[in-house]
Amino acid sequence: MEEWEEAGPEVVKRFMYVNRRAPYGTIYALECLEVVLVAAAFDQDVSVVFLDDGVCQLKKNQDTTGIGMKNYSKTYGALDDYDVEKIYVEKESLDARGLTADDLVIPVEVVAAEELREIMTQQDVVISS
Amino acid sequence: MSSMLHIINKSPFERNSLDSCLRLAKPGSSILLIEDGVYASMGKATHAEQISGRMEDFSFYVLGPDVAARGLSDTPLIEGMEVVDYEGFVDLVAEHEVTQSWL
Repeated sequence: MEEWEEAGPEVVKRFMYVNRRAPYGTIYALECLEVVLVAAAFDQDVSVVFLDDGVCQLKKNQDTTGIGMKNYSKTYGALDDYDVEKIYVEKESLDARGLTADDLVIPVEVVAAEELREIMTQQDVVISS
Repeated sequence: MSSMLHIINKSPFERNSLDSCLRLAKPGSSILLIEDGVYASMGKATHAEQISGRMEDFSFYVLGPDVAARGLSDTPLIEGMEVVDYEGFVDLVAEHEVTQSWL
């Protein structure tokens, strides 16, 4: 291992990835998941947020056999393996869809918009999809 | 039979396709939800009453494979909404003279 690798990154920035799209109908959700997993390798301070239709990405019991697409909902479980532990879901978005944290494939922190606003304000980089 | 089949493939939370369809479709028409449009069939969602209040005006259908893909098979759908498979989709298209896709 090179010396610079052992030392770790000199600058750690706070990156937030904001998911606002439903899965399967468009490619945004899958693309963002892949970006997060790649970016997680760079030892930065990563948060992932799901709001609006983005909360639907995490819905349990997805079965894509009938539509001939890959079910990538299980891949969200890999976020924890990549040490991505700050996963936020907006409460208002869950409520609007009649969903709760129990309906989701991974444990998340459910936050109200008011609290999420403060978390967003603390970021250095925000990437939205 | 001269009624129209309206097809909605956009989420009602993100686009106004369903709103416009409900405003402009002639009573007696059929409305089929596919792809991200199936989110409109969620029975516990805030907009559910908007659809359940129009059950007398329209026949509502939702495409089963798209419901299953999005994990909605374990949640209650709006009462009166008929789930169809791909063959049912073809039948609906064949039964109606005109199809309108609200892209």
